[in-house]
Amino acid sequence: MSGSDRASGGGALAGLRVVELANEKCAWAGKLLADMGADVILVEPPSGDVARGYGPFLEDEPGPDRSLHWWHHHTSKRGIVLDLETEPGRAALRKLAAKADILLEAEAPGVLAERGLDHPPLLAANPRLVYCSITPFGRSAPRQDELATDLTVLAAGGPVWMNGYDDHSLPPMRGLGNQGFAMGCHYAVMSILTAILWRGASGEGQHIDVSLHAAANVTTEAGSYVWLVARETVQRQTGRHASQVPSMPSQTRCADGRYVTTGFPPRRPSEYAQLIEWMRRIGLDENFPETVFLQMGAERASIDLSKIGIDDEVTAIFGAGREALCLIAANVSAEEFFEGAQQAGIAVGAILSPEEAFENAHFKARGMQVEVEHPELGRRFRYPGAPYALQKGAWQISRRAPRLGEHTAEVLAEIGR
Amino acid sequence: MTSTNPARPGALGRFRICDFTGQLAGAGATKWLAAFGAEVIRIEDPVTQGLWDILRPMGPFVDERRGPDFGGGFNNHNTEKYGITLNLRTARAKELLTEIVKRSDVVSENFAKGVLERWGFGYEQLRQIKPDIIYVSNCGFGHRGPYSDYKTWGPIVQAMSGLTFLSGRADEEPAGWGYSYMDHTGGMYMAIAILLALVHRERTGEGQWVDMSCTDSGLTLTGTSLLDYTVNGRPARRSGAPDSNHSTSPAMAPHAVYPCRGDDEWIAIACRDDADWGRLAQTIGADWAGDARHAALAGRMAAQEALDAQLADWTRPQEKWALARALQAAGVPAAAVAKPQERIDQDENTRAFGLWPTVTHAKIGQVRVDGLPVHLSKTDWQIERGAPCVGEHTDQVLRELLGLSGEEIAKLHAEGIV
Repeated sequence: MSGSDRASGGGALAGLRVVELANEKCAWAGKLLADMGADVILVEPPSGDVARGYGPFLEDEPGPDRSLHWWHHHTSKRGIVLDLETEPGRAALRKLAAKADILLEAEAPGVLAERGLDHPPLLAANPRLVYCSITPFGRSAPRQDELATDLTVLAAGGPVWMNGYDDHSLPPMRGLGNQGFAMGCHYAVMSILTAILWRGASGEGQHIDVSLHAAANVTTEAGSYVWLVARETVQRQTGRHASQVPSMPSQTRCADGRYVTTGFPPRRPSEYAQLIEWMRRIGLDENFPETVFLQMGAERASIDLSKIGIDDEVTAIFGAGREALCLIAANVSAEEFFEGAQQAGIAVGAILSPEEAFENAHFKARGMQVEVEHPELGRRFRYPGAPYALQKGAWQISRRAPRLGEHTAEVLAEIGR
Repeated sequence: MTSTNPARPGALGRFRICDFTGQLAGAGATKWLAAFGAEVIRIEDPVTQGLWDILRPMGPFVDERRGPDFGGGFNNHNTEKYGITLNLRTARAKELLTEIVKRSDVVSENFAKGVLERWGFGYEQLRQIKPDIIYVSNCGFGHRGPYSDYKTWGPIVQAMSGLTFLSGRADEEPAGWGYSYMDHTGGMYMAIAILLALVHRERTGEGQWVDMSCTDSGLTLTGTSLLDYTVNGRPARRSGAPDSNHSTSPAMAPHAVYPCRGDDEWIAIACRDDADWGRLAQTIGADWAGDARHAALAGRMAAQEALDAQLADWTRPQEKWALARALQAAGVPAAAVAKPQERIDQDENTRAFGLWPTVTHAKIGQVRVDGLPVHLSKTDWQIERGAPCVGEHTDQVLRELLGLSGEEIAKLHAEGIV
């Protein structure tokens, strides 16, 4: 698909050209823009971006066009090679930036300035440019030069402190999937779209400074605001919210060995009534001594959550609700537990692996499986679908990730060599 | 705030949002828009005092005062918004809402499926009121699909989308996320969806309905694991899947969280390549670190468990901040696992960034909140005003936006409509 075809395509961002300097820290932001129809031109050095060497690989064989990390993060982009260590390479990038709407980069502070490619000269040449920098600590931080990886961003930024197990002799955890980079990329995309809307009114571009460390810091929910408001420190707990006050376990293992999360135990009288009925249906009500408390819950006018631990009856009802869910879980599969509880109006979740979610009928029905053609392999592979279902200007993977230098000649011809 | 005065400052100052969102998954989205100047009008129910949003009365609190205007989390997520009450059980309130929708660019909500439609404000009705309206609904499983009637909270979204599963020790119970990561992130995707729909409307004149589902968004964040499954047939649920503090994409070792001196003190260390390991080994200066079998990545990956144990013995007696500084100085990526007070009150980077602005709330007073992790050079965000109290701006919005007289407004109060 050529550039002009892209520009006439139907995505919400059709007509916008993005120059992305290949870097794992901004790759996800580029993908979010590209899948919405922006013409994203991914610039790599002649040796290729290092992320082409990130596993897992197609058939477990490494190779620059076989990285599944690369495949996932660079869909819908065109790829070109420019050697920014040489003047012709830098000149070509300046030319690209002069005609672009957005420049997206995640180089260490100073790297681009040394090459004359930082935002001051590029914005001077193209005042409509939205130039977005993603760095570990922002462009003006006292410790901006510290080295960072996804793990260190999440450790320094707060999420790791909150994730882990009740047993604090075990290390706190980070979740997989480069979520530390993703957090920064989400804020980058929000910033870029905000700046594009501003440009629509003013005609002016600007520079956006995104800090990964700051992004993690304000993506910690109560961890931050419990300290900001009450100066209390949340403590990690297995599979549930870190809290300044210990809470009851919420994960439990089902008969099939899979885990479920019971979330909030039942809170409404109607939910207690449904719970009793569910236990009766599967023959568990007889051997559950706390049924009497479930009955009390069902018969009350309301159950005040703030009275847990204060009012003995409310505490007992709430505890019995949790116990009942655990007993049911131990007797059914995770899927049966999820369906049974949800049909009783109780919000619970099954802890699915990514592939179990992907193959689940609900996600399939919502179009979360899309096929992407890899013509040189003569194969199509299934990818995850749209994170948001726009009906007009819809999300779409328009092509697989680019091979190294695949569109260099095409793009350089467009900008006039 | 009148519609005849579009010159509000801020990057998004020309947009008005008729906002029904709550909790974090919805309110987080419109917090962003309000911080950039959009006029976000929260519509709440006067009968229940806005308690559909369960965060309104929930702690943390600054003092002993309680009630729907004192929730610390609610204040954090609703800065710079306006708050009005409309009793949508009444026909008159529905007329008023219709007038607000006519003057709005976006209607946003994260109710369970069907709530807004039952009130008579589903997408078909909204577009009749304003043809180019952007309607973004956000619920855990979306408005279509087999689970669309099921309920979620952040932890359930994380469980159902694969994210909980991908956090934990090898072959043990998942550790998951110790907070509602997908309420934050679902809110961000909702903000992105609103902004995308606004960009689309600018170009084409078309409004639309976006049916957001947080579990869809969460699933896309597990993409590399999913491709290993769809391409190579390797499921994430398998014996011997890695500890999530280890790194296989890209392969790095050592790469984990190690104990330090003191109670529950930890450091994260990540050797990106052989050179990082060489520098770490030199800093350690012990025989085991100099072992030639560890010089190349493959050897370190194969010996990872043993290497982790040796490294933990080396880090255990050391103070986490001093060790992190020493490793950074040696050129090895490392970071102390920061507690909230350390990253909020003692971190020069977050302070220099201005990450924790103080807002003024009509009843709570002055209190710090989460800022935004970005700076825009020309149209930066502003967070100065706290969340609205229940109905705080009802009179102002009725007067300035809808042009009602004092007498008419008094009548609405008397009749229980607002």
